[in-house]
Amino acid sequence: MSLLKPGHRGCAGCCDALAGKFVLDAIGEDCIVVSPTGCLEVFTTPYPESAWGVPWIHSLFENAAAVASGVEAALKSLGKKNNTKVIAIGGDGATLDIGLQAISGAFERGHDFTYICVDNEAYMNTGIQRSGATPLYASTTTSPAGKVSFGNPLHKKNMPAIIAAHGSPYVATASIAYAPDMMKKVKKATEIKGPTYVHVHAPCCTGWKFESSKTIEVGRLAVETALWPLYEMENGVVTNVRKLKNRKPVEEYLKMQGRFKHLFTMEGGLEEIKKIQAIADWNVKHFGLE
Amino acid sequence: MRKSMVVVEGSYAVAHAVKVCKPNVISAYPITPQTHIVEDLAQFAADGEMNCEYMNVESEFSAISALIGASAAGARTYSSTTSQGLALMHEALFNASGMRLPIVMTVVNRALSAPINIWNDQQDSISQRDTGWIQLYAEDVQEAADMTPQLYKLAENEDILLPAMSCMDGFILSHVYEPVILLEQSLTDEFLPAYNPEFVLDPKNPMSFGAFADPSTYTEFRYKQEKAMGVALGKIEEIANEFKDIYGRYYGGLIDGYVLDDAEIVIMAMGSVIGTIKDTIDVLRSEGESVGLLKVRSFRPFPRDAIRAALKNAKVVITLDKNISIGKNEGALCTEVKACLYNTDTRVPVIGFMLGHGGRDIPISMIKKLINKAKLVEKGIFVESEYADLREDLA
Amino acid sequence: MKLVIKTATKPGSTRANKTGAWRSFMPVFDHKLCSKCGICAIYCPEGIVFKLENGYFEPDYEYCKGCGICANECPKKAIKMVLEGK
Repeated sequence: MSLLKPGHRGCAGCCDALAGKFVLDAIGEDCIVVSPTGCLEVFTTPYPESAWGVPWIHSLFENAAAVASGVEAALKSLGKKNNTKVIAIGGDGATLDIGLQAISGAFERGHDFTYICVDNEAYMNTGIQRSGATPLYASTTTSPAGKVSFGNPLHKKNMPAIIAAHGSPYVATASIAYAPDMMKKVKKATEIKGPTYVHVHAPCCTGWKFESSKTIEVGRLAVETALWPLYEMENGVVTNVRKLKNRKPVEEYLKMQGRFKHLFTMEGGLEEIKKIQAIADWNVKHFGLE
Repeated sequence: MRKSMVVVEGSYAVAHAVKVCKPNVISAYPITPQTHIVEDLAQFAADGEMNCEYMNVESEFSAISALIGASAAGARTYSSTTSQGLALMHEALFNASGMRLPIVMTVVNRALSAPINIWNDQQDSISQRDTGWIQLYAEDVQEAADMTPQLYKLAENEDILLPAMSCMDGFILSHVYEPVILLEQSLTDEFLPAYNPEFVLDPKNPMSFGAFADPSTYTEFRYKQEKAMGVALGKIEEIANEFKDIYGRYYGGLIDGYVLDDAEIVIMAMGSVIGTIKDTIDVLRSEGESVGLLKVRSFRPFPRDAIRAALKNAKVVITLDKNISIGKNEGALCTEVKACLYNTDTRVPVIGFMLGHGGRDIPISMIKKLINKAKLVEKGIFVESEYADLREDLA
Repeated sequence: MKLVIKTATKPGSTRANKTGAWRSFMPVFDHKLCSKCGICAIYCPEGIVFKLENGYFEPDYEYCKGCGICANECPKKAIKMVLEGK
């Protein structure tokens, strides 16, 4: 049985539950997990229950990296570090927005820990508000599409590049739709000494508005359209990319999701999709995906 | 044998006291006037005098957050901050106490912005009174140093498990050079047992910490914090006495009196102004005035019963507050002393004075002026709480 | 229930919460079509699709929320989602 136990209150088809399961199963029992506030934290730990089969702590929304660095420092000071892995698993809001400063500090200090961002591209726990990870033109409750708006007007923040700029020895992107690849990267990240980072793309059926059975299919399409490139960076240099054989147009990804529905119904929407296609094209060129 | 005193800066005495308590993790961010404490600790670490992880973090928020993680992992932890830094920690202060993590922190009291001001008052720690942290206020450098092991012993008591602030007035105590006895390692080892919490983050016993509590359990978690404060109320005196037995020094437990028993006018205050008040009282007593001092050492837990008993025979009480609850026109000590007397037979007028804000000096002449106001009350002339040291040309 | 201060809770104790009651559609596994690849188990968000001794897979219906990912991902279309009976 997985180290993330059933009975948790994640939605049917939950991406966070899958990500949590993959992370724990990749690392095993000898770890300590820190979670900031978010869906994964809330649905796994309603007092007096916990879904976690490993030691776990939640403190606040914006401080998971600082808490994790304190855990690591304590283990070192008490002579208990040995092979125990210290892991933070945070959502995109906790990572790209409110927790960014604490993450920057922890990576600068060089603690031996791994930060995993489970990116479902909005604040799902509070009801699908936009975050710094929300992609261009996604409709969220605080960036809704409307008569004069195509939804979120801003581009997704490039968090892996920010972490890489801190001199992290290992930064990788992953997707819950590619479980073996994700687990391999998580394991590798924890085995490399120093602060390492894995950014996991995680489609949320509730927030993105697709059927619960399509969680993996949507995630796969993000990769196949080049909107979510899978790559590894070691010491700031891209060392590995997942190549695409038959790249699909972004429409195939967008049309599956209610959050992009307006692009297909509003006047001028199809024209705007070209801007999203341009993002995919840039990824292909920048990372050499083809 | 008389112990040898050395003349050191207040910050050094405190840093040295922290060192002999052997914390496992120190995490801090520099802010005036706390800087000398953390600089001295950093030097101890750099000189290999401490077996401790010293973390230079990027903000006070991360300083306290890192200690939350470290304490949950079983470490004895320390930080120090002041003013804006303490305010920045606000959210995490609640979290540390709610998770029952016995972090000890020296708060070097300083005014809050705006206008920005680096000098002493106590608005910073008073504003955190509801965060669930124990708060003791030191009168002088020796007490500030001695409070450190006392607070570890208190905070780590298994029936308490609450974080604790040692509050010392910025510059007045942190930057003053005065003769102190540096805490002996051997005595501290005897006084302060090792920290061995029942539950820690441990892969061999994988407990979860920081669950969310719904309406069916949240109230009882808060109630248990209040109960733990109640336990602390009894332990503060006990630990102060244990400290006295080992080190030979005593500053009072929850409160302390100075020529209090027969005093008609009682002055109440916290922190370094106590010294000035004692000097004033010495002068007035020699002139035949019936004036005494009630020093409040513990603000959280608030020593309600001890204060009630101490004020039984007072004719007038005046409180000195280096803080104000804006909109109440009172400082916190005034409000709380009044409140604790209300359901008793003691019907003594309590007059609050706000003064010494933003580092404004409190001279003996000022204390005398306030005592004269108290005498008006004795004559039946009512005096409302007010700012005592306003500059008329600016007000 | 005794409150544990520090808000500490025991590992894996959500198992007390049987989420199978959430389900509207039930996955039915057809072993005749199954190639034993295990993709259904990998992508179950509850972690409750288990390998049987004979190598085939079955979900634990006490916890299965009926999301349908297993059925959607099965390369052999060996899992059907069936409306729960009353």
